[in-house]
Amino acid sequence: MNFKGMHIVSVRDFSREDIEHILDLADTFIPTARGEESSTLMNGKIMATLFFEPSTRTRLSFESAMQRLGGRVLGFADPGGTSAKKGETLADTIRMAAAYSDLIVLRHPQEGAARLASKFSDVPVINAGDGAGQHPTQTLLDLLTIRREAGSIDGKKVALVGDLKYGRTVHSLAYALAMFDTELTFVAPPTLQMPEEMVETVGHMGPKPKLVNSVEEVVADADVIYVTRIQKERFPDPAEYRKVAEVYKITPEVLEDAKKKMIVMHPLPRVKEISPEVDDTEYAAYFKQAFYGVPARMALISLVTGGDQQ
Amino acid sequence: MKELKITPISNGTAIDHIEAGMAMKVARILEIPDAEIRSTVSIAMYVKSKKMGFKDILKIEDRVLKKKEVNKISLISPNASIVIIKDQEVLEKYYVSLPKVIKGIAKCSNPNCITNRGEPVETEFQVTNGKEIRLRCLYCDKNVTDILASIV
Repeated sequence: MNFKGMHIVSVRDFSREDIEHILDLADTFIPTARGEESSTLMNGKIMATLFFEPSTRTRLSFESAMQRLGGRVLGFADPGGTSAKKGETLADTIRMAAAYSDLIVLRHPQEGAARLASKFSDVPVINAGDGAGQHPTQTLLDLLTIRREAGSIDGKKVALVGDLKYGRTVHSLAYALAMFDTELTFVAPPTLQMPEEMVETVGHMGPKPKLVNSVEEVVADADVIYVTRIQKERFPDPAEYRKVAEVYKITPEVLEDAKKKMIVMHPLPRVKEISPEVDDTEYAAYFKQAFYGVPARMALISLVTGGDQQ
Repeated sequence: MKELKITPISNGTAIDHIEAGMAMKVARILEIPDAEIRSTVSIAMYVKSKKMGFKDILKIEDRVLKKKEVNKISLISPNASIVIIKDQEVLEKYYVSLPKVIKGIAKCSNPNCITNRGEPVETEFQVTNGKEIRLRCLYCDKNVTDILASIV
């Protein structure tokens, strides 16, 4: 696929080959992302980061990616003080930003915002998360992490743990993993289990995913344990929340029977899902995962602006 | 001889083969009743039908349906047929067909969808017909929970 001028809205817009192409390119950007090499690929180009909702990690890694490639960044980190507060439509804000930049990165609290933006923008729009909807660059960096830290995506047994019902990242990730030859297990309390629709979709794409209630059931077998935050506000009863949070907590003891090369991932920020003692073990891949956000985003930025063709 | 439950009309539209019990809903979609209407509307419900067992029929005098209205009907009664009558003659007869994508005729049931926030866009839904008709919002990806309530 020729990515030049393409909007990146949902991971469902990609084929497996597209994803592999992006990851291959991301690999080549790793030294630049680390600052070991410098790049002039995006010289003279401007990226607008429109963050209608705060997000430290996503925004900083996009900005780091663009600046490491020699480009410049303009935008805002929260909508206070922008004309959106005065009632301007997103459509108008996007038209304006498209006139000032070569690509737009959008984070917005409403689902479907990125799709809408793509209809009004003359320059490529990259979705950096829209409400509870899509967050494709997170999925790509997750896949890059699995490929680099676990060796490959194909053939891996991946357990997604935590809030699978409302968690934005796990839906896109499950979908993307199903495009590869993976075995998925969804680990969650029944009230926060993966939506049936998603289980069905994934089951049609590959082996039927397993649904289980406890981490212990998957630890020994998993190659990747992907942990997400269980949010307090999902539970009407605080005691119930504490109970669930305790059961799904990853500690060195929980990981005792894990394979040596198993990796633990987390989109961050974590609260108490993974105890700090896990940080020092070989299993912890979540900080590397945060770093891989930079090369993954560099790959997308260069592809949609046509920079990779230079 | 075939028993006529409602008399033929001279000019207007007959909607036949409506799923039994759905005629009132089809009428609602067509904004019937309406205080401005000055022509007769007849509704027959649970009429015996060879093909369907039972069916509903709706006849609206002096009105030809717009494409958007026919598309709306297809969402809640996908087997309906439309007969346009002029001077007591059948001018046209066709079955409704379920469009693959519908634009602007339904509202997304996700309150947090960007299309519910006063943006200058028409809603768009992908229509699939498996066990039941499903509308998936092409903006937020969510399925519409109650199709009839979502039709605008």
